[in-house]
Amino acid sequence: MTQHDPVRRRFLLGGAALGAGALLAACTSNESGGDNNNAQTQGNNNASPNANSAPGKKVTIGFSAPAADHGWIAAITSNAKAQAAEYSDVTFSTVEAGADAAAQRSALSTMISQKPDVIVLLPHDGKELNAFGLEAMKAGIPVVNLDRAFPDALAYRLQIKGDNYGMGVAAGNYIAAQMKAKGVSAPIIGEIAGIDNLELTQERTAGFNAALAANGMKVANRRAAQFTVDSGQAEMSQLLQALPKMDALWNHDDDQGIGVLAAANQANRKEFLMVGGAGSKAAIEAIQADNSVLKCTVTYSPSMASSAISLARLIAQGKGMSDLVELQVPKEIILASETITKENASTYLPLGFS
Amino acid sequence: MTGLPAQTAPAVKEALGGGPEPEGPRGNGWWKSDAGESTRRNLALIAVLAGLILIGIITKPDLYGQEGWWISNVWAILKLGSTVGVIAVGMTFVIIGGGIDLSVGAIIALAGVWSTTVATQEMGTFFMILTALTVGVGVGLINGFLISYGRLVPFIATLAMLVAARGLAAWISNKQTQQTDNRTINAIAAESFLGVPLLVWILGIVVLLGWVLLNRTTFGRRTVAIGGNVEAARLAGINVRLHTMMLYALAGLCCGIGAIMLTSIGTSAQAAMATNYELDAIAAVIIGGTLLSGGRGTIVGSLLGVVIFSTITNLFTLNALSSEVQNMVKGGIIVAAVLIQQFRFNSVSLFFKRNRVTAPS
Repeated sequence: MTQHDPVRRRFLLGGAALGAGALLAACTSNESGGDNNNAQTQGNNNASPNANSAPGKKVTIGFSAPAADHGWIAAITSNAKAQAAEYSDVTFSTVEAGADAAAQRSALSTMISQKPDVIVLLPHDGKELNAFGLEAMKAGIPVVNLDRAFPDALAYRLQIKGDNYGMGVAAGNYIAAQMKAKGVSAPIIGEIAGIDNLELTQERTAGFNAALAANGMKVANRRAAQFTVDSGQAEMSQLLQALPKMDALWNHDDDQGIGVLAAANQANRKEFLMVGGAGSKAAIEAIQADNSVLKCTVTYSPSMASSAISLARLIAQGKGMSDLVELQVPKEIILASETITKENASTYLPLGFS
Repeated sequence: MTGLPAQTAPAVKEALGGGPEPEGPRGNGWWKSDAGESTRRNLALIAVLAGLILIGIITKPDLYGQEGWWISNVWAILKLGSTVGVIAVGMTFVIIGGGIDLSVGAIIALAGVWSTTVATQEMGTFFMILTALTVGVGVGLINGFLISYGRLVPFIATLAMLVAARGLAAWISNKQTQQTDNRTINAIAAESFLGVPLLVWILGIVVLLGWVLLNRTTFGRRTVAIGGNVEAARLAGINVRLHTMMLYALAGLCCGIGAIMLTSIGTSAQAAMATNYELDAIAAVIIGGTLLSGGRGTIVGSLLGVVIFSTITNLFTLNALSSEVQNMVKGGIIVAAVLIQQFRFNSVSLFFKRNRVTAPS
């Protein structure tokens, strides 16, 4: 008996493992049945067709963005892909940027040797990838920098980015206006920032502080999360302990905002109003439904990736933007940060990313 | 174990008794003194914790003075540490057994993402929990198999798993945040039972079971034996390979539980969840007095390590201090805790040595 038992036990264990494996493999599906096309693109199908979108010279656009680990970056990549697919004259080639600036740099070096007509990249860090921009421009390939600016003007042909400072200003102004409307003279304001050593986070905070200061207000407590849901929840849960009564909160990122909202619900706190950042679909829907503390979000839309691809195509084809007089695409475009509230949520919902 | 010839028993005693370090499940007297040592270490940790709380009371008397705030803060601290606490229990076993598991954060992400796919969520709460636990144990078994039978160094095997599991999690989730509307799952982080948050219950139960498993079962004794001296343990008739594999499966199981907790806490799962949890768990275990080389450690110490870390986070938030200072302090505390423990150990043995040398003369 004792000799055979282990064998049988092992056999049974193996069987159970196989069964569990088969069962589990069946549940990795993420098909929701609904439409999965969340991309925000601007194509040929407009009511008033744009002369620029008519097929022109065939161009190859090289694209690189950090490996997406959260919604916003994922939306950047999918938007870029979807926008490129709108054009019959664009060949879209993409390299994964890996885990850090060094990995992205080496991935991009191989891209230079493939000689695309134009490179669109969202760098891990603009300063660290500045040298790559110079290298590519020197090799005669125009570089479109998406969102994380290069310090050196020679390193890019076009820089298109969101307005981080303006985002903070928009959030600060909204909160200040709401507080004044409610008659709160010295409001207690909290802030949940994103990854603190990114320049964009510092700019957002600077804008937020400036707007509040202009209204005689200031942030009582600021925590920095990691742009992930669980980090947002963790920071918020402690912030709520530090501020037993809070009037307003700005959370920099709607994806981490899922965790921030969860923490507020778990602590049963409803006395404050919350402003989000970026403009995710879930956040815009919550604002529209008006059943949570989230009353507003300030945009930092990943639709900029679609625009970057469109502009990269124009650069490669030597065309300008049709609404401008100039014959070439401008060198720098900074998108305005828009404020989404219950009143205009329906307009912005199609631009929300998931 | 089963097929072992009876005549190895004397050899076992010889190996254990004759070894340079009198460690092992049946060694004479070591258990008593070691138990005393860990109690002393844990008391030191409790003193650190009390100091941190005291600093909190001194710097924020207005908050501590508020009705009911104090207890809510205790729950907030424990809830903050609950997930790391659960995986630290599994990590304690792995480290006592002479290994290391760098993949715990990645396993949480994989289990969390796998259990919140649309397909899994449709099958209901029970199946979500089952999926998280099965994925956790499964990945743990793969880790253990690679280490035990594939003879990979634990550091390398679990480092590979860290990368691979996050990759798979990102692939399954398509890099999206997967929210869950499942009320039962979401209630875990929101509800209390008998005034104690469910997360704290889970932490408490896991710690209790871990303590019993480590201190009151042969499984625990064998873990200590393997970590103390693999060769002696093998000669003692312990199936070292199978046991090591089980240790990683246990760590995986803890990650499965942690994945459910963290999913509930954030009402969602994503491939980037539980980032750096492996480092938090390892740091807590080391601060708790567990030897990184294995063979000694306590569950209570690991729990204290976790609670100290969340108390620091809480303390810094209460005083609105920035996270960079907080990280520096955390780093300092890791070094200080280990230094203090080393210093105490050395000075005690030095003291004895000196006495023995000076007494006859």
